[in-house]
Amino acid sequence: MRLINRHPDRSGRLLLILLPFALLLFAYFTGSAQRLANNPNDKLLPSATQMAAAVDRLAFTADKRSGNYLFWQDSAASLKRLGMGLGIAALLGLCLGIAAGTLPLFSAPLSPLLTVLSMVPPLAILPILFITFGLGELAKVMLIVIGITPVLARDLEQRAREIPPELLIKAQTLGASTWTLILRVVLPQILPRLLIALRLVLGSAWLFLIAAEAIASTDGLGYRIFLVRRYMAMDVILPYVAWITLLAWLMDLGLRQLTRLAFPWYAGAKA
Amino acid sequence: MSAFITVKNVWQEYGDQVVLERLNLRINEGEFCTLVGASGCGKSTFLRLLLGQERASRGEIHIQGQPLTDEPDASRGVVFQRYSVFPHLSVLDNVALGLELPRAPLCGRLFGADKRLARDEAAQMLTKVGLGHALDKYPSALSGGMQQRLAIAQALIMQPRVLLLDEPFGALDPGIRKDMHALLLELWHETKLTVFMVTHDLSEGFSLGTRLLVFDKVRLDPHAPNAFGARITYDIPLNSDRRATRAAVEALPSHISGNLHPAL
Repeated sequence: MRLINRHPDRSGRLLLILLPFALLLFAYFTGSAQRLANNPNDKLLPSATQMAAAVDRLAFTADKRSGNYLFWQDSAASLKRLGMGLGIAALLGLCLGIAAGTLPLFSAPLSPLLTVLSMVPPLAILPILFITFGLGELAKVMLIVIGITPVLARDLEQRAREIPPELLIKAQTLGASTWTLILRVVLPQILPRLLIALRLVLGSAWLFLIAAEAIASTDGLGYRIFLVRRYMAMDVILPYVAWITLLAWLMDLGLRQLTRLAFPWYAGAKA
Repeated sequence: MSAFITVKNVWQEYGDQVVLERLNLRINEGEFCTLVGASGCGKSTFLRLLLGQERASRGEIHIQGQPLTDEPDASRGVVFQRYSVFPHLSVLDNVALGLELPRAPLCGRLFGADKRLARDEAAQMLTKVGLGHALDKYPSALSGGMQQRLAIAQALIMQPRVLLLDEPFGALDPGIRKDMHALLLELWHETKLTVFMVTHDLSEGFSLGTRLLVFDKVRLDPHAPNAFGARITYDIPLNSDRRATRAAVEALPSHISGNLHPAL
């Protein structure tokens, strides 16, 4: 049978999903065990027990100086910035995207502007943000907003354009004004696409967050990683990276489930 | 009696391309006009002019003596071949939307008792077109024929005076198409609708309409195929019995005709 016609069955599928992860972990821990056997003080590839100890120290023991549980404090600070950044960007992107995608008079000035703005490398203007907004929370949130809003807006503009013109005409024959047409026809059809677009920009949002925290911050997941780098504390960095990955994956999963639950019509309408 | 719709010397041109030329028509209220002709001969363009989606390059279209508004509005209903129904609304809401939008200019939806009334009215209309069992489904769960039934119900709930149909049954298989013809005629008999229907199916055009309009190019320059547009080459009155029945019913005093069931 040709390879293209062969499909894994249920159990085979699960096995195939887990296999690459298992291989990666296996490669890591054999490497780690070998290096630690040669040199017990090796810091490059810490063992599972060393990482567990580091997590225990940061997550389940109060910090001696501040009395805080650093791991959770970092997570909360980072998630707050990320959430605010994503929320503001989603709202802005939605408004700009719908305006540019449905109203020709708004599209003319907005579309080229958004295209140009989305080409500005956000990290290159990070210094400008720190200069204008100071080193506080605002600059970090703004970096995320500036980084992903143009991408979201351009994507949603495109999606709004893809709504068949027949539907917009039909709505007008049903007595819709521009405003109610956007409210009852365009917006509900764009919302599931907003959630999908958000899933796609999650990676960039985390990138901008970590970058901003690495440069000017006093807490946050990115801050901690760059702080302990000075001590080559791989036993802290690796669990933090794994935690960030898990959080990002959970957010992606959450957004996917939300799309499915809140917009049950969407899966059928695509076909 | 002056005609309901008058088309005076209408031309439609896109740049160098002339699509329609010198169209002159007088159409009485309640006529069922079927528009036939080869592909690209301007039938759909004429429909878009009537809808207000496009404005004629030259000439005028009047409805009841008033020039046509140049954007679509609630006085003219429309059913397209595809994309006529809203995928994000249930069957019931697709029809109720037409009752909600004009009455709620601010948020586009009704609440409480008003909403219940609108939904009841929508459900009645849906039962009439044979969708009473599918009120809560999304359009994607309906077959092509059911979707067109929904689109027709959606257009009729607005009680438009003109209904424009752009190859509404083009994508349906023959059996379903027959059912749709019966439904359409039934609805046409009940209301005072003036219908314009573009179709590729000649027999459909002949059997449904009370008037058949054939679009064709009279002049053709082989070196410049776009230089001349289509005109109405045949204007054939059809199904005079149906037209007569209808006129007779309308002539009756309203207290009698109000109780009459539509005669088919």
